[in-house]
Amino acid sequence: MATSPFPVTLIAPRRTVANFVELFVKEAKYEMLKNIRIPIYAISTIVFPLMFYVLFAIVLSAGNGINRGQSATYQLATMGCFGVMGASLFGFGVSLAMERGQGWLQVKRASPMPIAAYFTAKMVNALTFSVVIVMLLLAIGYGFGEVRLSFPAAAKLVGILVLGSLPFSSLGLAIGYIAKPNSAPALVNLIYLPISFCSGLWIPIFMLPHFLQRAAQVLPPYHISQLALNVVGMSRNPTPAWGHVEPLIGVTLLCLGIAAYGYWRDEGQLYG
Amino acid sequence: MSTASAERPHHWAAQPASVARTRGLTKTYESVTALRKVDFELHRGELLALLGPNGAGKTTLLRMLLGLARPDSGSVAVFGTDPRNEAIRYRVGAMLQVARVPETLKVREHIDLFSSYYPNPLPMAETLHIAGLDEVKDRRFGELSGGQRQRVLFGIAICGNPDLLFLDEPTVGLDVEARRLLWSQIRSLIARGKTVLLTTHYLNEADALADRILVLQQGNIVAEGTPAEIKSRAIGKQVRCSSRLSIDEIRRIPGVLSVTADRQSFAMQVQAAEPVVRELLQRDSWLAELEVTSAGLEEAFLALTQNHNPTAIGSN
Repeated sequence: MATSPFPVTLIAPRRTVANFVELFVKEAKYEMLKNIRIPIYAISTIVFPLMFYVLFAIVLSAGNGINRGQSATYQLATMGCFGVMGASLFGFGVSLAMERGQGWLQVKRASPMPIAAYFTAKMVNALTFSVVIVMLLLAIGYGFGEVRLSFPAAAKLVGILVLGSLPFSSLGLAIGYIAKPNSAPALVNLIYLPISFCSGLWIPIFMLPHFLQRAAQVLPPYHISQLALNVVGMSRNPTPAWGHVEPLIGVTLLCLGIAAYGYWRDEGQLYG
Repeated sequence: MSTASAERPHHWAAQPASVARTRGLTKTYESVTALRKVDFELHRGELLALLGPNGAGKTTLLRMLLGLARPDSGSVAVFGTDPRNEAIRYRVGAMLQVARVPETLKVREHIDLFSSYYPNPLPMAETLHIAGLDEVKDRRFGELSGGQRQRVLFGIAICGNPDLLFLDEPTVGLDVEARRLLWSQIRSLIARGKTVLLTTHYLNEADALADRILVLQQGNIVAEGTPAEIKSRAIGKQVRCSSRLSIDEIRRIPGVLSVTADRQSFAMQVQAAEPVVRELLQRDSWLAELEVTSAGLEEAFLALTQNHNPTAIGSN
């Protein structure tokens, strides 16, 4: 931008630290309120994983010789991963694609909102929904699924799954910068549902055909669910934890790169 | 980027009368030139209307003044510096055209959030009052009428108590009553000492609100002046009639500047009425419903943009 040749007398108003904190808190609070009031968001992100868990881990395992406690513990890890992925992909991908494409982000960019507040709010939203989903799954597991995890193991499981929302959020961010507002929900479902299946979130990975087990190596939810299974002592996979963390870091960086390109492109040009 | 000299003593007299200025501003989107070397100035305390048809470059100019789009060449300054400067954004409010606003948040929640972006916002009650949102403050955005939705966007623009407001087509799509309500709210901003730039393609809106009008056509400023001056530049008359002639035959009559047709009814913008009427009567003995009026702002606008672009003779 060219230097201004005009005389300036500008007494800049200052934002206090308290203003700044309040702003971030409000941004996050309204982001969550906005989402929880959208029925399709609440259903897709919270109701579906809980429903699947009740169906697969509680109802279907009843009285057919499967050790119910083991099955329910295994699926706590995999369905938890499914729930966290949904919260992150919908919370980041769909909402960003819509707000970018429909001009709302531009209204915010015209205001003095720090862009960090916008992304932080979406992150807080994804993390909060993730925690809620995993806690509800745990409650169901303990209450009806004969899950007998120790407190430290349960805490580690929650920690791993909630951290797992970081790679999913970066994937959502990338989708948010690629997808058009109307196609974003379909695109997210098109990614979310098949990769959940292929990563062994619905049917245990060792029961999938061999070629799918190999293909799962490139899918982030496979690695997160394996880390989660490790924590509850149910991984059949000899790969050390670091072997799962590395590809996750790779995917996260790749997605952040795509998002950064999208952000840069938006800043340089207008949307449409 | 220039640095805001906050150290300098604060004198009103030292404040530049110009709050926003562009020099040689040019912007091209793909092959379309949205703005062509635009020199433009917005004075403190005025309400300036940017008037022009769709695609004239109004929104592009406004977005560059908001620091949302980068000029290809030329400079933009708001309060003497780069509009992307955060301290400038504190003093600016904007009402933009937006396809969709989050519908599940309530009116007061939207206002509360945007107020928190500014260091010295208006109290919530005052924003709601000025924007006429008292009665709907607890409704979700999705439950509002078109006029109420525009007023929420207006509330978002004013809630930070900014000195300068940019309103992009604020009354587009509103009915007459909702439009008049928003007009009175915009006028009250000027009474409070704000500076307002609004874009519109409603000519009566510019006439009703603005101190000064800038007519934009295909990325160029083609006219500038008070509403009265703009009107006085239209020396012509308007002739309406119902005729069996074709629109092309009418267009070829000497002195006809432009013509629009609705089936057999024609409306012509002419330099002088008499020779055109004489010609019309001579060519069409069935001519009926002849009416001659002086040009209003609408026609003045047409004539102004017409001279610049003789190929754009409208017919619908």
